[in-house]
Amino acid sequence: MSDAIWSRAGAHAESFDRLFTVLTGFSVLILLLVAGLIVGFSIRFRSGSKVTRHKVSRLIHREIEIGWIAATAIVALFFFWWTTSANLQQAAAPAGAMEIHIEAKQWMWKASHPDGTREISTLHVPAGQPVRLYLNSQDVIHSFFVPAFRLKQDVVPGRTATMWFRADRAGTYPLLCAEYCGTGHSRMLGEIVVMEPADFAAWLDSRPQGGGMIAAGRMLFTSVGCSGCHAPGSTVHAPDLDGLYGRQVPLADGRVVTADAAYIQDSILLPRRDIVAGYAPIMPDFADLLDEDEVAALVAYIRSLKGDAS
Amino acid sequence: MTDAARPGTPDRGYSLPPSYLNAGTTLKSWLLTTDHKRIGLLYLASITVFFMIGGIAAAVMRTELMTPAGDLVSADTYNRLFTLHGVIMVWFFLIPAVPTTLGNFVLPLAIGARDVAFPRLNLFSWYLNIAGGSLALSALLLGGVDTGWTFYTPYSTLYSNSYVTLAAAGVFVAGFSSIATGLNFIVTVHTQRTEGMGWMRLPLFVWSIYATSIILVLATPALAIVLAMIVGERVFDLGLFDPRRGGDPILFQHIFWFYSHPAVYIMILPGMGVVTEVLTCFSRRKVFGYEAMVFAILGIAIFGFFVWGHHMFVSGQSTFASLIFSLLSFVIAVPSAIKVFNWSATLYGGHITFEASMLYALGFVGLFTMGGLTGLFLASIPIDVHVTDTYFIVAHFHYIMVGGMVSAFFAGLHFWWPKITGRMYSEGFARAAALLMFVGFNVTFFPQFILGFMGMPRRYWSYPPEFQILNLMSSFGAMILTLAYALPMIYFALSLWRGRMAGDNPWRATGLEWATASPPPRENFVQRPVVDRAPYDYHPAHGEPTEREDDPDREKRDDRPEDPA
Ligand code: HEM
Ligand SMILES: [Cu+2]
Repeated sequence: MSDAIWSRAGAHAESFDRLFTVLTGFSVLILLLVAGLIVGFSIRFRSGSKVTRHKVSRLIHREIEIGWIAATAIVALFFFWWTTSANLQQAAAPAGAMEIHIEAKQWMWKASHPDGTREISTLHVPAGQPVRLYLNSQDVIHSFFVPAFRLKQDVVPGRTATMWFRADRAGTYPLLCAEYCGTGHSRMLGEIVVMEPADFAAWLDSRPQGGGMIAAGRMLFTSVGCSGCHAPGSTVHAPDLDGLYGRQVPLADGRVVTADAAYIQDSILLPRRDIVAGYAPIMPDFADLLDEDEVAALVAYIRSLKGDAS
Repeated sequence: MTDAARPGTPDRGYSLPPSYLNAGTTLKSWLLTTDHKRIGLLYLASITVFFMIGGIAAAVMRTELMTPAGDLVSADTYNRLFTLHGVIMVWFFLIPAVPTTLGNFVLPLAIGARDVAFPRLNLFSWYLNIAGGSLALSALLLGGVDTGWTFYTPYSTLYSNSYVTLAAAGVFVAGFSSIATGLNFIVTVHTQRTEGMGWMRLPLFVWSIYATSIILVLATPALAIVLAMIVGERVFDLGLFDPRRGGDPILFQHIFWFYSHPAVYIMILPGMGVVTEVLTCFSRRKVFGYEAMVFAILGIAIFGFFVWGHHMFVSGQSTFASLIFSLLSFVIAVPSAIKVFNWSATLYGGHITFEASMLYALGFVGLFTMGGLTGLFLASIPIDVHVTDTYFIVAHFHYIMVGGMVSAFFAGLHFWWPKITGRMYSEGFARAAALLMFVGFNVTFFPQFILGFMGMPRRYWSYPPEFQILNLMSSFGAMILTLAYALPMIYFALSLWRGRMAGDNPWRATGLEWATASPPPRENFVQRPVVDRAPYDYHPAHGEPTEREDDPDREKRDDRPEDPA
């Protein structure tokens, strides 16, 4: 039995509900003000009513105008500052987030956990733990929408989107596709099952292991030839990938970039774009050799190389 | 026809040439006309047909949505219906609605011109619009399009098995009609103003059409380019939006919204102009803060070009870009708020009467305020993340476009109908329709805000059962709305042969269009008027407004209408 679609769970939902409530209150006030002015004036100054029509001097005219221009500008800037700072505070995932990979395709969601466990249209996560999602699409744009978390992220083919959430309460929350994606759009539904951490660990243990993106990535790493250059013992002068993920990488042109999923994907598909300082541009491009699943698997594998073992 | 044959016209001391309606009655004289007034009526006929087609699609959609299961039409049919509804309503109703009908008819009259600057180009625009509409409708007849009016790639380029190319070509062609019309109005306002009609004496309706025309000319090419790219990709397999070949699906969204956000202002600015004319006339007041209103119109037109990224907060756009777009979206709220407050203040100290036209205009102010306030929600990034692509958006844009723009269109149509046809319609029926429309509109679209907040995504053919009650309300409201939209067709049609004669200026309004006969002669004015005062001269500059004088010819007009000769 799943919770109501609009039930509230998670770190973002609370701040969303606060902002939404205040904005709604403010809007109701303004609406009442405008309606009050219109209806009030309409009645008071209706044709035939005997009230005296006071003249408004030019000066007061000016003052009223400047007054409400200033007032609306200040209110607008205040709401900008307030909502944007709420957004910035929650933009980055906290350190130590669990990382899960999502593949979207017409018309289903596929998830792979760090240990290789896979599931379709359902995602199990532990309560209280920040979860960072890496999302890819195999075909058109979809949008990963969990109303209970008040979160949504478009999943664009050819890019890796990321988002993070932390569900504080165990429960089952509906997942919907929010970007129109063809015939089955309204049935591209799923569920996020949030479990107490102990239950989650038990659930994970009970799942068949193996397969999985990381394992697939490890095999590809050898079979398509990455390891020829990047393996620790290789004679070719190429960067070592252990512990690469998340590091700052200095580039030949002087820029420094963070090695995130998008960087790794670009390095595989468009190796000429970002050359690491101190290396020759000899890496071939793999765009024609690999399909999107395979690239995602390689990225997942490289992400899993934490640099402590080899 | 002489003055004597036109009851209710003041004694001018010269005899009038025949009205534009009597200057030739053959079909050819209409289809080959270069008279801006007749072209306005050609547009009125064509957008009415498009509005009905778009409306029928909406009615079927709302019927489907009465139950959670998709049981009336198939998913593919539903997708084709909302695409048809969106494409037709946006490009063949909303964008042309006010500029090409009321703008065409009234703008030259309001600046004391004999016609627009390029009358033949004006006619050509209508044919382009019809050609574009026919292409789009042929896509419908062949089997439809299922991409949504937004044509997002790569769905529209690589995956959709529907008549995308044909529909895109139709919108492409119609775009050139928009550009030609915009160009025509810009040159007209620059070169055809009568003596004494300085820029700061232009009625705000003219200003709003002028600003709209600038947006039309500057933004529509971006639409043309992006549609050409779609067609190129589908027909010649260019790979522009295909990530597997280095293309970028998001590129489409940037170019599309670079056009489509300003296009939202194309849809609303003319409505703001109409409402200003109506509110001043029926409250017998000068508009409050004329200069501020002009700068608000121009400010909206300019800032409108720099907020397109607020449609893309969840697309993966950088945090910094989102921040800038959010800021600019809040900034653009300021001129919109100025307009609302100035309209309200215009009523202060007036002698207000509540003709149907005025009811529509007052309704506009309220519904536009609702739409604008919910726009603040969407400019806030964390809120937009949750409500974008849900029914909250559907409610928001219907409040602006249907509650706002369509109300304004009806306000203007009722206001200028006596000028256009020379006849009055039934005021009682018209007021009833205005009230019904206001109620029906809110019953239809208010529940959708709640649906969106609760998480119902848009473009859903079936939905979770929790959402049914609100959807039922919305569908029920749609029935009221359908009735409200049908009423004007009836009483307007009746007025054509039963309505009493209007006289030159039944509302005692100040615009130049009221200084000529109703309906006006082909050349608009027998003697071109000379302007020696600011617009909205309903009372002395800082003196008191007065009650509307009774129409001296009213008695005469209440006689039975002129026999159709
Ligand atoms: C009167 C002028 C109207 C205009 C200009 C208009 C415009 C639009 C537009 C542009 C869309 C977006 C289509 C899309 O998302 O692809 C839309 C969607 C929709 N409209 Fe209207 N509309 C109008 C009236 C109505 C009415 C009267 C109803 C209800 C009876 C209605 C019901 C809908 C529905 C159900 C959708 C689909 C929402 C979705 O699933 O995305 N519309 N409309
Ligand atoms: Cu989808």
